[in-house]
Amino acid sequence: MSDHSSSRPSGFDRRAFMAGAAGSALVPMTVRGATQDARVPAAQDPALPVDVTLRVNGRDKRLQLDARTTVLDALREHMGLTGSKKGCDHGQCGACTVLIGDRRVVSCLTLALAAEGQEITTIEGLATDDRLHPMQQAFIDNDAFQCGYCTPGQIMSAVACVKEGRAGSEADIREYMSGNICRCAAYPNIVAAVKQAAPEIMKG
Amino acid sequence: MRPFQYQRASDASAAVQALGAAAGNNSPLTQATAQPLAGGTTLIDLMKLDVMRPAAIVDINPLAQGWSAIEPGSDGLRLGALARMSDVAAHDEIQRFYPVIANSLKLAASAQLRNMATLGGNVMQRTRCSYFRDVSHDNCNKRHPGSGCAAMEGVNRMHAVLGTSDQCIATYPGDFAQALIALDATVEITGRSGIRSMPFADLHKAPGNSPDIETTLQPGELISAFAVPGRWPRSVYLKARDRQSYEFALSSAAIALDVQDGVIRDARVALGGVATVPWRAHDAEALLKGQKFNDDMAERAADAAFAGAVGRRHNSFKIALGKRVVARALQQAAMMEI
Repeated sequence: MSDHSSSRPSGFDRRAFMAGAAGSALVPMTVRGATQDARVPAAQDPALPVDVTLRVNGRDKRLQLDARTTVLDALREHMGLTGSKKGCDHGQCGACTVLIGDRRVVSCLTLALAAEGQEITTIEGLATDDRLHPMQQAFIDNDAFQCGYCTPGQIMSAVACVKEGRAGSEADIREYMSGNICRCAAYPNIVAAVKQAAPEIMKG
Repeated sequence: MRPFQYQRASDASAAVQALGAAAGNNSPLTQATAQPLAGGTTLIDLMKLDVMRPAAIVDINPLAQGWSAIEPGSDGLRLGALARMSDVAAHDEIQRFYPVIANSLKLAASAQLRNMATLGGNVMQRTRCSYFRDVSHDNCNKRHPGSGCAAMEGVNRMHAVLGTSDQCIATYPGDFAQALIALDATVEITGRSGIRSMPFADLHKAPGNSPDIETTLQPGELISAFAVPGRWPRSVYLKARDRQSYEFALSSAAIALDVQDGVIRDARVALGGVATVPWRAHDAEALLKGQKFNDDMAERAADAAFAGAVGRRHNSFKIALGKRVVARALQQAAMMEI
């Protein structure tokens, strides 16, 4: 396997990270080139990290990232947002699906630098206060997962599927959710969950 | 993935300058040291696989404002190269006047990938040949000219039966390009010396003796738009594949007919999933023109479309399948209520 394009500071401790330490502490916040226009990283040395500000779930986050870092790796390895999952890392499975603006995309094929200035929404950003998003609740109500690994991507994709107006029939749901693979094959219950949540989401 | 320099292009001129300046070494476009980034669905994937190794990436997404218009007119259609597949597929007038275009896009990839991928990038996507995509295979004439072709005697079920050479049998994987070539589209190319247009049919190159050269584009050139003359409401894109959704074509057909008083005035037939490049079946079209449509004619046209096909160990089934796809797509187009 080649590297995963995220330059981890030395001393990175995955166990502490998993235990819930603030992900932000992992990234040194040196404000390199504060006076330089961040939109024009011209003549950047590929060996050096680049300053980038990502807007995720309504909050701006300043990061220094290797140019190779995808949005998925930025979320998981640099921001502590491990809800978005890495399945294939090649845009084939949909486990990493997030919204950029109002569009669902695969974050594993989106460079973090190219996503600067856009609104990124992840599974962590769906619930409001203590209330689950209707699609999250519908997945619970319909037992729409088994191992759960594909579920964050399924839910993000399903939210967009409904808003695109593609949840009007079971056939449409299956066609427009085909970019999210479920290896446990929970598809019938996923379709049921999308059907349940659609009217509430469209109501607004 | 290997390190690269990321640059964001502020405008078209800056983009082609940056892409052209890095060229220098006379290498084919696929090996150019600077590559444009639009949707990234091919480029980032192939960089992770170490198949593509650019030293610089020029992000052309800032050009989208000027390069993503969808402009249907009474005498033709213009599509900006940075329009996203999903937006074009969902456009009312594209669905109504160019169903072959709308369906070629809608039946490709997944909803997420269609949201990302652009029209220009779509036609430039590279083959899904498993030997090309896996760098542990040394013998791939696309990656290493002269090294041989592992697919010839390998697992070649997905490979091409038309337009092949003894150097390469990799299939052109896209769908949209078949619609463009069937409709006599032109492609608008922006380069350092300005804008030029050429028939879309001249964009892709069959492998011949140089499978590493896939298109006639040069480093420093970008596709900026496509233009389609006329309207083709009687048109169909039919795609046969291993799965019902989210899969590349085993065989597909882009069909457009102009039928007046029961007579076929014009017929367009293009094939996907079976050829090394977007494939126009002129012989099939010639059989149809000036005739009244019937099922027997559809089958004869399908036979003509595959007259030169060469099957190999695992992919000969594509010839029989492909003929049926063409015949059925012709029937569907003929029966459409316009």
